[in-house]
Amino acid sequence: MDISALVLADSRYPGGGHVHSGGLEEAVSRGLVRGERELPGFLLGRLRTAGELAAVFAAAAALLPTDWAGLDAELDARTPSPAQRTASRAQGRGTMRAGVRAWPSPVLDALLSAVPRPHHPITLGALTGVAGGSPADAAAVAGYLAVSGPASAAVRLLGLDPFAVNAMVADLSAELRTQATRAAATAALPAADLPAPGSPGLDLLAEAHARHHKEEVRLFAS
Amino acid sequence: MNFDPTATDPDAHEPTPATGRAFRIGIGGPVGSGKTALTAALCRALTEVRLAVVTNDIYTTEDADFLRRAGVLDTDRIEAVQTGACPHTAIRDDITANLDAVEALEERHPGLELVIIESGGDNLTAVFSRGLVDAQVFVVDVAGGDKVPRKGGPGVTTADLLVINKTDLAPLVGADMAVMVSDAHRMRGTLPVITQSLVETPDAPDVAAWVRGLLR
Repeated sequence: MDISALVLADSRYPGGGHVHSGGLEEAVSRGLVRGERELPGFLLGRLRTAGELAAVFAAAAALLPTDWAGLDAELDARTPSPAQRTASRAQGRGTMRAGVRAWPSPVLDALLSAVPRPHHPITLGALTGVAGGSPADAAAVAGYLAVSGPASAAVRLLGLDPFAVNAMVADLSAELRTQATRAAATAALPAADLPAPGSPGLDLLAEAHARHHKEEVRLFAS
Repeated sequence: MNFDPTATDPDAHEPTPATGRAFRIGIGGPVGSGKTALTAALCRALTEVRLAVVTNDIYTTEDADFLRRAGVLDTDRIEAVQTGACPHTAIRDDITANLDAVEALEERHPGLELVIIESGGDNLTAVFSRGLVDAQVFVVDVAGGDKVPRKGGPGVTTADLLVINKTDLAPLVGADMAVMVSDAHRMRGTLPVITQSLVETPDAPDVAAWVRGLLR
């Protein structure tokens, strides 16, 4: 694994990830996730749906294609929730702001001139690719962040035992590894032919979160 | 530091921010010390300055609503940032959400001169990143106890301005103002300290004058 993947997956990477819960805050406020019993299912479900989609597009972006707008539009088409699209672009832009300082490259300049606020997985893939990492590295980072963010949000929102939650994330290692391999295998496909795993439950939670935020207290942006 | 009197040192002061972006002032301090009241006072006092506000309160829109109700600022000049339950992270370790809010305000209001970024209430270790703000004010209050300045911490010791707020309450809570002020100066060296009561001077004239000095 390229070291850039460690930098990007680090929770201390200053890309704005800590203000997103990936739907967990809404799930907690609805009583769907109350503690250690429900969290592993939420994380695994998120990894296999939203995480899978992120891994697929991060792997494709790591090959540094020239048609960035096309790749970004294909991910847009696979993200039906407007709130999810907003959250993904906010994280993509934040991750890119930190990334262009760390790995300056004309490739990133071209990406940003085509798509000023790229989706998060595309940003992760492009940065990994520019830094010399592989599509599998990028996919692993995207998959890992899809679960590490909500796991950290659960510790903060529910006061869960951090050792227990950390162990839940570590338990997903095998799943993450096979997912990264799978995503790398489809990375070179034409953008329109990339897989399109869906997560209707998370889409609905994201929409509900955005709606509730306007009416009442929410600590996370998504 | 070079001790050779003939040598020219690089300018020890931060460069003036490039034109095209607003000057950014952070206002931090513990919960309830009067950050939002000071922000509102500055909005009232600095009528000649084109300004906007970013709030980071844990209750997301509470402070923004306070400023709107106070009628001191148009709604579209206030951005509320969600901090993921980590107010210090959002102003120090990962400033992305706050930078996004500042940039949104700058895009919406071309020619903006000042953005005040009010942190969520936090503890004495919280400071703003220099990547986010050009200058920062740390607000403590008399009711929090007169030992607060000598406890120190990066907020008290390194902020560009320390404000000791609610001085009108000192006799009521048994706080010794002389001790607070001398402790503050001892902890801060030459950095300035302002004591104020927004009950007695609602427009925070001393802090407003300090801000005007930065904008010149």
